[in-house]
Amino acid sequence: MKTNARSRAYKIFTNIVLVILAILFLFPLYWIITGAFKTGADIFATKPVWFPTKWTMANFDRLLNQRTSPLFQLFGWTGPTGPAAYRWLINTVLMSVGAMLLTCATASMAGYALAKKRFRGRGLIFSLIVCAMALPKQVILIPLLKEMSALHLYNTLWAVIFPTVGWPFGVFLMKQFSESVPSEMLEAARIDGASELRTFATVVLPLVKPGIGALAIFTFINAWNDYFMQLVMLSDNVEYTISMGISTLMGEASVDMGVLMAGSALAAAPIIIVFLIFQKYFTQGITMGAVKG
Amino acid sequence: MKKIIALTLALVLTLGLVACGNSAPAPTEAAKAPETTEAPAAEKAPEAAADAGVEITLWTYPVGKWGDQATVEQLMADFKAETGISVKVEFLSYKDGDDKINTAITAKQAPDLVLEGPERLVANWGAKGYMVDMSDLLDDTDKAEILPAPLAACTSKDGKLFEYPVVMTAHCMAVNLTAFKDAGADQYLDLDTHTWTTENYFKAIEALEAKFGGTVTTVFCGGQGGDQGTRALINNLYGGTFTDADHSKYTWDDEANIKAITALHDTKGVDFDAAIAGGDEIKLFYQGVLKMANCWNIQQQLDPNQAGTGAGKTVTGDEIVCMAFPTESGDPDLQGGIWGFGIFDNGDQAKIDAAKKFVKYFADSEHTVDTVKTSSFFPVRSAAEGTDLSTVWNGNETMEQYQVLMPYLGDYYQVTNGWAQARTSWWNMLQKVGEGQDVTESVAQFVAEANAAAQG
Amino acid sequence: MNYQRKGRSFLAKKHQKMSRALQRREDISGYSFMLPSLIFFIGFVVAPMIICILMGFTDANMTDSSMLGHFIGLKNYAKLFQDKVFQEALWNTFLIVLVSVPATCAFSLWVSSSIYQMGSFSRSFYRIVFYLPVVTGSVAVTAVWKWMFDGYTGIINSVLTGAGLIERNINWLGDTRYALWCIILILFTTSVGQPIVLYVSALGNVDRSLVEAAEVDGATNTQVFWNVKWPQVLPTTLYILVITTINSFQCFALIQLLTSGGSGTNTVMYHIYYTAFKLTEQSGHFGYANAMGVVLAIAIGLLSALQFKLAKEK
Repeated sequence: MKTNARSRAYKIFTNIVLVILAILFLFPLYWIITGAFKTGADIFATKPVWFPTKWTMANFDRLLNQRTSPLFQLFGWTGPTGPAAYRWLINTVLMSVGAMLLTCATASMAGYALAKKRFRGRGLIFSLIVCAMALPKQVILIPLLKEMSALHLYNTLWAVIFPTVGWPFGVFLMKQFSESVPSEMLEAARIDGASELRTFATVVLPLVKPGIGALAIFTFINAWNDYFMQLVMLSDNVEYTISMGISTLMGEASVDMGVLMAGSALAAAPIIIVFLIFQKYFTQGITMGAVKG
Repeated sequence: MKKIIALTLALVLTLGLVACGNSAPAPTEAAKAPETTEAPAAEKAPEAAADAGVEITLWTYPVGKWGDQATVEQLMADFKAETGISVKVEFLSYKDGDDKINTAITAKQAPDLVLEGPERLVANWGAKGYMVDMSDLLDDTDKAEILPAPLAACTSKDGKLFEYPVVMTAHCMAVNLTAFKDAGADQYLDLDTHTWTTENYFKAIEALEAKFGGTVTTVFCGGQGGDQGTRALINNLYGGTFTDADHSKYTWDDEANIKAITALHDTKGVDFDAAIAGGDEIKLFYQGVLKMANCWNIQQQLDPNQAGTGAGKTVTGDEIVCMAFPTESGDPDLQGGIWGFGIFDNGDQAKIDAAKKFVKYFADSEHTVDTVKTSSFFPVRSAAEGTDLSTVWNGNETMEQYQVLMPYLGDYYQVTNGWAQARTSWWNMLQKVGEGQDVTESVAQFVAEANAAAQG
Repeated sequence: MNYQRKGRSFLAKKHQKMSRALQRREDISGYSFMLPSLIFFIGFVVAPMIICILMGFTDANMTDSSMLGHFIGLKNYAKLFQDKVFQEALWNTFLIVLVSVPATCAFSLWVSSSIYQMGSFSRSFYRIVFYLPVVTGSVAVTAVWKWMFDGYTGIINSVLTGAGLIERNINWLGDTRYALWCIILILFTTSVGQPIVLYVSALGNVDRSLVEAAEVDGATNTQVFWNVKWPQVLPTTLYILVITTINSFQCFALIQLLTSGGSGTNTVMYHIYYTAFKLTEQSGHFGYANAMGVVLAIAIGLLSALQFKLAKEK
């Protein structure tokens, strides 16, 4: 009886703490959203204004009118001119999707090879991958910059995408997944005379699909949130990503919090919407990755 | 015959624009091209044709409206209409603009032109050999027209002109006059000369602190942004210097500076704030939180703040007045800001020539008026190719009022070697003092660091 | 068991010897599958790392047109040992990791064990709430926290003084006593999302019958947790340790945008960038920055190796 009362008290206590924590975790987002719609007077008020006294689009107007640029440039074909912030969003999507697709393609193949092929040098490669996984990009900043310049990729989105693809976490993840592919099935496919590539496509890929999903989500979020490579590799306003765009707003002579919050909202909105729609797959994918790992 | 050439040229221009129309608003420009090009283009046809199609890049820091895309692109459109050279503009911020140019240099993708001050163009990139010497653009008339001080600052020690100076200003401080009046501290300000004494400065802080409590003013040190304000404040209070006269070493460890830092640190109401830099300070000043701002110049004075209460006002409508930094002698040495164009040597003579044409157009022609007006600063020269520049700001009350501060312009010491390190050392030092580390010790430690960099 | 293993390895050896052709086939197909990934990995991670190591021995700087300057042996490393700024940065870097990794793991384990048995609605509600800061984006998160931490008009000071918890405003980001902890806090809010999702599902997969058996035996909740559930979520924990460690080394944006490395928040990651592109007058600054990178890489390599050794043992 006593323990029961105690455990009930503990339950109530945890519930209260959880609610408080949830409020604290949601608050920055709330502050971004309200801040984006606050008037200058509300933002500048010396006592914080909890709820906008008046909702305004002025911050978004300033954000969108500050800089303009063609919305896209493809093969010499220039799109219509519009707010640069939209271009930054488009760039960010291109970059994140590009990094995601390339990573999934290369990592699923490499992961399969590492897990199922007994080629020489496999151990060495795997140790290299493990060691490089936590390596921050700042370490190789200077050589990477020189390399991108030599490849004429500096100031293009590729300069941001390629190092992201090179980051070996994806290979590691996919190796863990591919371990679970039964060797008998591979053997059977080979006996049936299927080519290596066919075996991979018809036997391995369907089995590691959840892993690819997890990796896709992980890479997409990482690429979307990354800021450092963009800071170093992109110099052109037209090539900026949304993170870069907002961070330049932070460097202006007098900090315009309204525009900054509007920019933050604009940057966060797409990925939050994607997340809310796909959240089931998000959580599934992530979980799969770990359970197998 | 002339007409046919002009027409063909206009056609080529229009086509060129459509073909490589970058970020410029193409339709308006294309429509305008024929009428504006007609007369001058016909005369300059051979010359223009040589450069037509050349595209150069200009990177600008937010020097007044030079950070505003619409304004700058209009200027570039006019320039293109006259010369056929298209200019691609990138806008940098002071926070990471230097880093951006440094990474671009490392990646061998430096811009062709940059609009900034001698501390970067001459002392840093110029000294390292990245810039083009523009002495050939400077004839005897120019030398007579341009003020000697900015010209000297833009010239390297071996006589090369790495920056063609265009505008300048004096960095000053600002006070919230309404708050001063409320606290009875306006008696300490001399509003005619915009100067005040060190004694009165501290008295004013005392009065304001007594009236409002909290922080009256900050010695901000959350980064290098706006450090011209803290340097000038500390140097002026008791007549200290930042470098020696021939800019070979840093001297901010002299008695006068130590005395000033100690006095500021010991005064109630003055905070050594490591969380904010110049931009944040201005924001807090606009908010009415701080009653004085140390990072001020005419650009801020003209800028209507984001709450829309108008220029020269805080967001609550308090009146802002710009002041020289307080001194004992009554003769302040204000930190100058000089801006001009520099050309990066990217090894392409055609681009260098086009860039020189650009410099001539914006820094020494009848168009220089627009350059100056766009910057919202003061011209460095009395006239340009026959256009009088001394009257650019006539009729603008704020500018005229501000002009009283211009004679206080002090030594342009930012061209001393090791400048980037010195700035870093400076704000790091202020942070340490703010944390309570011994003043003399901190000053000695960080000035040594800066001097090590000055020696190379 | 032993026999079996021996037999198998013997067989394997024999097998290996017998079929050189087979090994070759494995090599070819293995490397063909590895190739696309290896191009990126070697091209954009391994090769730059090798150049980084080489540059660490030189006085290369921005002005050099060639990649490497002059060979100066271990001078950069000798200098690093006397560089107080670097040592502070190194200490901060590891402090961030050493604090935030266990804190993240413990916190998310606690939250998960509290929510995994809730109804599906509240469970996904909490999961989403804790995951949102992850997807908000580092720059946006940094911007809003900077505003909230504002020393004069920020909402945090306003609430705390209003509630009487602090007497006067605290200059959160400008005070060496708090700044690094503020950064760790922000990093923390952006790192717990994923571990919580992982733990919730790992705990959901714990074998019910084992838990029930233990309860029948009269085990307390705590005992059940440590003796039954904990061993089963251990693999998840190890995985979380790895990703959280990776995450903690990615705090560059926080430092650059909040404090510029001041107020005692400098990290090696930021200091490398700063040395490379701000202090360009310092002779040999590229070489020096790369030497810092090498030291950091070695430290991280050791840490990763340790983690994987732990993982293997379990």
